[in-house]
Amino acid sequence: MAANFGRKHYIVIGLLIVFVILAARLFHIQIIDDEYKVNADNNALKYETRYPARGQILDRNGNILVGNKIIYDIMVTPRDVKEFDTSAFCAIFDLDTGYVKEKFREYKKFRTKIGFRTMPFIKQVSSLQYNIFAEQANNFTGFDGIARSARYYPYDAGANIIGYISEVDENFIEKHPDYKPGDYTGRTGIEETREEELKGEKGYTIYLRDSKNRILSHYKDGEFDKSPIPGKDVVSTIDAPLQQYGEQLMKNKVGSVVAIEPSTGEILAMVSSPGIDVDMLAEINKHYNDLINDPYKPMYNRAVMSAQPPGSVFKLVNGLIGLQEGVITTSSRFPCHNGYHAGNVTVGCHVHPSPLDFYSAIKMSCNSYFCYVLRAILDNKQYSNVAVALDQWSKYVKSFGFGQKLGTDFPSEQAGFIPDAKTYDKAYGKRRWHSLTVISLSIGQGEIGCTPLHLANFCATLANRGYYYTPHIVKEGNGIKIDSCFHERHYTLIDTTYFPEVVKGMYMVVNSPAGTGGTGRIAYVPGLDICGKTGTAQNPHGDDHSVFICFAPMDNPKIAIAAYVENAGFGATWAAPIASLMVEKYLNGNISPERKDLEQRMENANLMNRVRIKSPRK
Amino acid sequence: MRTYLPSSENIYRHLDWTLIICYLVLVIFGWMNVLASCNTDDGINILDFSQKYSRQLIWILSAFLIALFIIFGLDPKFYRFISVIFYIIVIGLLAATIFIGNEVNGSKSWLTFGPFSFQPAEISKIATSMLLATFMSSQYFDSSHPKFKDILAVALIMLIPMVLILAERETGSVLVYCGFFLMFYREGMPGWVLIAAFTAIALFILTLVTSSSVMAMAYSAVILVVFTIRFVKQKYDRRIPPRKRLVSIYLLSLLAGLALIFGTKYIFNDVLQEHQKARIEQLLGMKKDIMGVGYNVHQSEIAIGSGGLTGKGFLHGTQTKYNFVPEQSTDFIFCTVGEEWGFLGSMFVLILYATIIIRIFNRAERNTDPFTRIYGYCVASLITMHVIINIGMTIGLVPVIGIPLPFISYGGSSLWSFTILLFVFIRQDLDSWKTYKKTSYV
Repeated sequence: MAANFGRKHYIVIGLLIVFVILAARLFHIQIIDDEYKVNADNNALKYETRYPARGQILDRNGNILVGNKIIYDIMVTPRDVKEFDTSAFCAIFDLDTGYVKEKFREYKKFRTKIGFRTMPFIKQVSSLQYNIFAEQANNFTGFDGIARSARYYPYDAGANIIGYISEVDENFIEKHPDYKPGDYTGRTGIEETREEELKGEKGYTIYLRDSKNRILSHYKDGEFDKSPIPGKDVVSTIDAPLQQYGEQLMKNKVGSVVAIEPSTGEILAMVSSPGIDVDMLAEINKHYNDLINDPYKPMYNRAVMSAQPPGSVFKLVNGLIGLQEGVITTSSRFPCHNGYHAGNVTVGCHVHPSPLDFYSAIKMSCNSYFCYVLRAILDNKQYSNVAVALDQWSKYVKSFGFGQKLGTDFPSEQAGFIPDAKTYDKAYGKRRWHSLTVISLSIGQGEIGCTPLHLANFCATLANRGYYYTPHIVKEGNGIKIDSCFHERHYTLIDTTYFPEVVKGMYMVVNSPAGTGGTGRIAYVPGLDICGKTGTAQNPHGDDHSVFICFAPMDNPKIAIAAYVENAGFGATWAAPIASLMVEKYLNGNISPERKDLEQRMENANLMNRVRIKSPRK
Repeated sequence: MRTYLPSSENIYRHLDWTLIICYLVLVIFGWMNVLASCNTDDGINILDFSQKYSRQLIWILSAFLIALFIIFGLDPKFYRFISVIFYIIVIGLLAATIFIGNEVNGSKSWLTFGPFSFQPAEISKIATSMLLATFMSSQYFDSSHPKFKDILAVALIMLIPMVLILAERETGSVLVYCGFFLMFYREGMPGWVLIAAFTAIALFILTLVTSSSVMAMAYSAVILVVFTIRFVKQKYDRRIPPRKRLVSIYLLSLLAGLALIFGTKYIFNDVLQEHQKARIEQLLGMKKDIMGVGYNVHQSEIAIGSGGLTGKGFLHGTQTKYNFVPEQSTDFIFCTVGEEWGFLGSMFVLILYATIIIRIFNRAERNTDPFTRIYGYCVASLITMHVIINIGMTIGLVPVIGIPLPFISYGGSSLWSFTILLFVFIRQDLDSWKTYKKTSYV
């Protein structure tokens, strides 16, 4: 074998190379790199996390919407656990003994991986149970309770706005590395958008361990401890009593109400019905599946997510554009013969005197009048063709915030939809459509989608006579910053001089004497000067949606509100009473005796069976 | 003619004391570390046989008895005669383990007889080494021009236990078997096999950390450059004999390499088990998870790193005491060495291993008896594999593969089998001292 003799040298050289690599690596971690020594110290020290109290959420008047209460997590250090009375343990926490057995089987299986680590055993134990446990704690070596704060909800209002908190999962931690397993984070609503301020900062207490992992002492008398910094309180713009009242009125109805303070853009109430109960928020995990599978989709925030045709409310937009474009004046009169007839198109209308001027057309919500207005806008000779005119119209409409996200501080806002020439080019082909094709836009039907938030914002724009502040739900101050855009006025492309004309019409809608055809008389409250507009939005899926927007008082308005009740019928029947009751409640503090009947009727009405449900998700 | 006990001279004067002393130092030092790894403030009681260090003491004493028996009590020719039977019995045990073995930490590799349990996989290394040495040293086997069926037989001798151990999910021991390739190489296996194997490992790792397209391009470029150089040299340098099939060899290695590069994802995702995948990802830094998969290695690096130059001193390791490192007395025993004895202690251990391994290679090489040589190469290769994988794993150079550190780790099966492996070689070597006295390279 002498021929292969030289090969031994290769083998030995290879071996030596590998050993030198091993030695080099050892040299690196033992001599050069200090990180490992530091980590070794950290191993002997035990950092016990101290959780901060999460910030509270208050309403605009200081009522607590979300507060904190103390609960306990029972922690276990499996290596320290001595034999204990399982049934006594389970009796305290109302547990199944199987759960305990299963847990310990798991600990045994992964014991090498777990080592001396401490981990949660039972989560969210009430302080009552914890106190019983604490008295007998010496019987349960290895178990320990740590206090955590949990949410509680003294005011039964605004669950959809507040959102909830839940424990972070692995996906979340991957995206947010500063969170650790066992931490909580806000989901949906203010809890989510204001997570940064609400969460506070965790602290820790350092203990020294002895050889059996027992806490030996407080490390250096707490010199290096860090106290948790509690989260900041967030003051919302919500008016809790109004919110609660709105939820009460909308009970057993599908739809939403959004109320805004026009002078600031602050959202006073945002009701989405059916919504979530605050009791469910506290234990959202228990109810989560029910909520998800509920055919009425209570987790779906209709106020900002449900984009639907606005109906006659939209006539005000077309009126303003008509005035701005100069194709009509307030004295323009158009006929109505039970509707609008042109070519083979008929847009029906109800019986009222004819012809009408601008104000009366708003007051009586004449379909025909606004068909003339839209056609005048679209067939304006100033524009080369209808497509250009429609694009211009679309620009005006979007300047109100329609068809786009308003940029509120609220999650999952939807943009809705406003058509332009491209929309119809696509549907019919270029130049294959004309003003009559899109006539339903005149009365807020057709290819328009607006959320109730859009409508409320539009109403606030009218109340301000031409501008709006982006609606928002968190108030500034107390260390909470809000985006500067919430302080900016957003003007529409319509001259502010035209707004008082529309407002005049809206005043007549509600306040004109009985028998003169005002469509919103039911919203009349003496002394409040409510200005409103009804709407009845047709939809292919069932009964019409009932729509109403109003603001009050006429001068110096304090509240602008939009109500959208799905499949309820005429705007005047449901949306107008609900909106006006909320206005009355907000401005007067109570409902006048002569409107108590109306209030009763609204509260008791159940319109749920009118809503056609899509089959529930499996 | 050599005889079993030469009458004229006492051969035991020629015992290889270097190996024996290295062995003794490692075993005793190992026991001290087992003791340290089990040390708590409860105190040490050597007679408390629930403690690992006490039990290890029994294993050590019995291993010494076995060593003595091998040296003085057994005829070295004995192994050649029983190697086939021994091998068959071990294969039977391995197969039995798959069905009736005890499951420990996810692998089913323990057999229990009454109060004793042991791992047949450990013993299989001895049996395989002996049978390989017997077969390859027989006159029937022509190592310079081996017949195909002989190569097949050699491959089978190695592969059967490997497959059975794989079925026990004891992946670590399977890898150790790859050490036999060092012996094959010495016995005439073409060098390109080793080169190809290392290239394959390198390609696999590089593809994982980069991407298959990058690696495919890089590899093709390298092959092309090497081929061009070789081709040009062959054309113009007359000293290099022209080689037939040059193109096809390079083409083949290109294709094989590319197949591996593009198959890497598949192998990694679909062939490897979840935990193996995770360990490789951890090692290559593709994922950092020091509380989960990376926990062991991270803690082990902390323990070793915190030892510094001279260590924290015997029984003074804190990481060890607090049990931060799992499997501390068995697979991760090197942590205790690193922490309590520092860099100097680690070097001491490494040098002892290097001495043992190189000494075996040297003695094996100059032995005129092919059985002893081949067997010696097997022993040294096995120790090499164990040491590199085990220490490499504790310092984060090799993925976590649970195999013991020879002579040091707690556990009877491992200590016994390495003792047997080593002392059979020492005895074999002793037997032929006379013959190589006459040869030129003493």
